[in-house]
Amino acid sequence: MGNIKYILGSFGDPDEMMHGIEKLQENNIKIHDVYTPMPIHGIEAKLGVKRSRLDIAAFFFGITGTITMLSFVYYAAAVDWPINIGGKPHFALPDFIPITFELTILFCAFGLVGSYYASSHMFPGRAPRVMDLRATDDRFVIAIDAAQNPEHSKIDNLLKEAGALEIKYNERKYVSYE
Amino acid sequence: MSGHKESILREPLITGNDITFAKITDDILSPVENKPNKAWWIGFIVSALGACLWLFAVSYTFWNGIGSWGLNKTVGWAWDITGFVWWVGIGHAGTLISAVLLLFRQNWRNSINRSAEAMTIFAVICAATYVVSHMGRPWLAYWVLPLPNQFGSLWVNFNSPLVWDMFAISTYFSVSLLFWYTGLLPDIATIRDRAVGFRRRIYSVLSFGWTGNVKTWQRFEAVSLILAGIATPLVLSVHTIVSMDFATSVIPGWHTTIFPPYFVAGAIFSGFAMVQTLLLITRKVLGLENYITMFHIESMNKIILVTGSIVGVAYLTEFFIAYYSQVEYEQYTFMTRFTGPYWWAACMMYGCNILMTQLMWFKKVRTNIPLSWVLSIIVNIGMWFERFVIIVISLHRDYLPSSWAMFYPTWVDVAVFVGSIGLFFTLFLLFLRVMPSIAMAEVKLLLKTASEQSKMEQIKEGHVSKEYVAEYVDSLEKFDSVKQEQYAKL
Repeated sequence: MGNIKYILGSFGDPDEMMHGIEKLQENNIKIHDVYTPMPIHGIEAKLGVKRSRLDIAAFFFGITGTITMLSFVYYAAAVDWPINIGGKPHFALPDFIPITFELTILFCAFGLVGSYYASSHMFPGRAPRVMDLRATDDRFVIAIDAAQNPEHSKIDNLLKEAGALEIKYNERKYVSYE
Repeated sequence: MSGHKESILREPLITGNDITFAKITDDILSPVENKPNKAWWIGFIVSALGACLWLFAVSYTFWNGIGSWGLNKTVGWAWDITGFVWWVGIGHAGTLISAVLLLFRQNWRNSINRSAEAMTIFAVICAATYVVSHMGRPWLAYWVLPLPNQFGSLWVNFNSPLVWDMFAISTYFSVSLLFWYTGLLPDIATIRDRAVGFRRRIYSVLSFGWTGNVKTWQRFEAVSLILAGIATPLVLSVHTIVSMDFATSVIPGWHTTIFPPYFVAGAIFSGFAMVQTLLLITRKVLGLENYITMFHIESMNKIILVTGSIVGVAYLTEFFIAYYSQVEYEQYTFMTRFTGPYWWAACMMYGCNILMTQLMWFKKVRTNIPLSWVLSIIVNIGMWFERFVIIVISLHRDYLPSSWAMFYPTWVDVAVFVGSIGLFFTLFLLFLRVMPSIAMAEVKLLLKTASEQSKMEQIKEGHVSKEYVAEYVDSLEKFDSVKQEQYAKL
């Protein structure tokens, strides 16, 4: 028993898994994380996961793009080398709206996806920290820290009652480090 | 939550009786995890030959200059820009499906968005090669970028739509790539966790360490929604700017304020036709009839009908404005479309895009797979001719009758165009082999709510009224993947 790091309840159905989370929470058992092959709506509220602030970040990245492009075009077209093009003003704002818009989108998209990868610790070649290989296929897996929650047989029963198809006692934290 | 059941009045998005989460993975990954079949090899060899032709023709152009094309001093833009606009337009459907339909919560997009986005990326690659090769000196292509250069710090002309176009296309390409790849991460992780050995290593690098925990999924959904929100105005802006390449000029036939919406509608129209061309074959060859159902095909045909009709209204408006403006040059240009030497091109354009599309009003046509496929090809041909008509017919009658000319494509023009189609299909076929052609995670999301079996369960439970059931069973008749017998006894 001493070597067990995580207890995994593997469910075949998302509704049963949600039921399992409720059961565990009723019994004051702390859930480490949940791994699913698809997004489960409503699970954040249940686990008390805070709302993502990526939208706010996206807004500021976008605004940065707008300001960057407008000030750059102002510098290039009106300060650094003003050219008379068809008698238009040097800083012909309507002409610069399309490119300003494109840069806004570009900065917003790259900033947003970059912050997403950074905040979720994702980058090319990162070793996947997977606890159950079927969690990306057809299983919905609840992971419970074995050291923090010593009543293993109780957890086992609760998960089985909720409909877990399989219960695993992982002695290694992640199974995917080979 | 997944416990919520969708009304049976809506047609199912996944058909079949024995679909489980595991079966979805198995079905969708079977082309990725197994050796390709004969159909794939034949398609791949033919497309790869096309791609080789493209490589040769583009290299030939680079070596000898664009003098190897059929351009003359009157018709200075022809197949190159026709091909460019055609490909960019085709790309638009992918973003429309992945972004606009996501914002409108159209769940049927879930099974077609992945391949449509891939199509976008490959189409934009084809379009970009035209831009580079028509420059004449492609090794100086970086001159369109606002870089301080060796001639002092003379900048590019930010007032020029061609510069806007560079910004638009490169933003569009990179944002589409981000959107597509981020959406692929969970599915790459699925392949990774099922693979062994070297394959596993490759997919492990590509999966960015995806685990599918709660926080990652939550952020994933936020990112998808925001990207969809910004990609929607982006896709509209891209074709608007493409149309401004023409509309900001003073050539009769180009100088029209209607161009932006007209081009955007045309882009979506041709793009959906290309999605239809690809998916009708893909679903058959890869056996994905349960995921890309008749409902998807019919919905796409409806969009083709709507956008085709918008394009039709735009065509009529052009003629009306030419008449109403009382500008004789404008009127002459539009009359020449039918009375000039290129009358056949205009007939192809109006015939394929407006007349043929109107057949889609009939449900029998919309739900007929061979006919839908033929119509999608016709739309693609018609939209190519639309760009040809706009570009070449407007140019070939110059201001001075002495400089009137015709455009005759050389073999290089033809080879670049045919080759780009080969390149497109080569990339698409390779994509089908290495990445899942359907977004598995998103399809799994529909299994418990919008599948045929979940609706069947609802009927068996007996809480739905008989009329609803009758209507639902009626609506299933058009599906080629539904067994009608099992509903007979209900």
